Amino acid sequence: MDTFDLYRTMEKDNVLIAFKGSITSELLTSVLQIMETKMEDLDDAPKTRKKVFNVLVECLQNLYHHIEEFEVVGDAEEVTEKKSAIFSISRTEECYYIVTGNFVSKKNVDSLKNKIDYINKLDRAELKQYYKSILNNGEMSEKGGGGLGFIDIAKKSGEKLKYSIKELDTTYSFFTLTVKITQKK
Amino acid sequence: MEDLNLEGTAKTPTVDFKSNGELLIKGRSIPENSIEFYKPIIDWITDYGNSPQSDTSVNIQLEYFNTSSSKCILDVFKKLESLPDTSVKIKWYYEEDDEDMLEAGEDYEAIIDLPFEMVEVEEL
Repeated sequence: MDTFDLYRTMEKDNVLIAFKGSITSELLTSVLQIMETKMEDLDDAPKTRKKVFNVLVECLQNLYHHIEEFEVVGDAEEVTEKKSAIFSISRTEECYYIVTGNFVSKKNVDSLKNKIDYINKLDRAELKQYYKSILNNGEMSEKGGGGLGFIDIAKKSGEKLKYSIKELDTTYSFFTLTVKITQKK
Repeated sequence: MEDLNLEGTAKTPTVDFKSNGELLIKGRSIPENSIEFYKPIIDWITDYGNSPQSDTSVNIQLEYFNTSSSKCILDVFKKLESLPDTSVKIKWYYEEDDEDMLEAGEDYEAIIDLPFEMVEVEEL
């Protein structure tokens, strides 16, 4: 695909920001800052801006923590490739879309699917209850992730989590998550 | 004991804990590594518990917090809940029509055995 095709695709999809590469803390700080300014310039309702910002933080930090913990066996090039990720943020008059994509180990695909499918079965009240029980169960990873990310994204966006998993080879799959946030008036 | 003062950043809140019993957390709490950030805060409360004021008033004025911080904030409340010899009151601020923030405060209120007051403000 040449650059102009890429440009036109992004234009057609109303992309505000797209990125492919390694996910660092500094990158996330910049992206969040850019998005705050953009949403202000676009004159989105404060309620929309808050929702999008909250969900964006969780989506991007999910990526960040996943990549940090993701164990890739191989040479430096292989590690850099598999620890790269992609994300984009698009905006139409009605809604925002946050899309993230990253490599996952094939052996972890089932538990990932189960986790999201379970969340997608819950209604709002059940999600709230589930969030509270995970919050209070005391378990937490070293860096402070506690498995609350997907639950929070589902709860705050008010939408089901859309995902797809593409099998690449015997070891890896590619996981894509699409989160929709309806604009508030 | 000494007060605890941490200046806010793009990802971490302003922390103003006074040994006179007035504790404030204000701003946004969205660091990737929240445990590291909250450790000195929890340590300070532990020390404060050795000779607390009769009243401790806690003001939480957060604009945003991530799920990684949410467990740490719970730990802060649990630490406060465990303090003997002081009456702890928590004021949880939220911007008007920020239902998510109000809901978050109510979640803590349901888990923690301390009096919470939900305070609606126009802007934090």
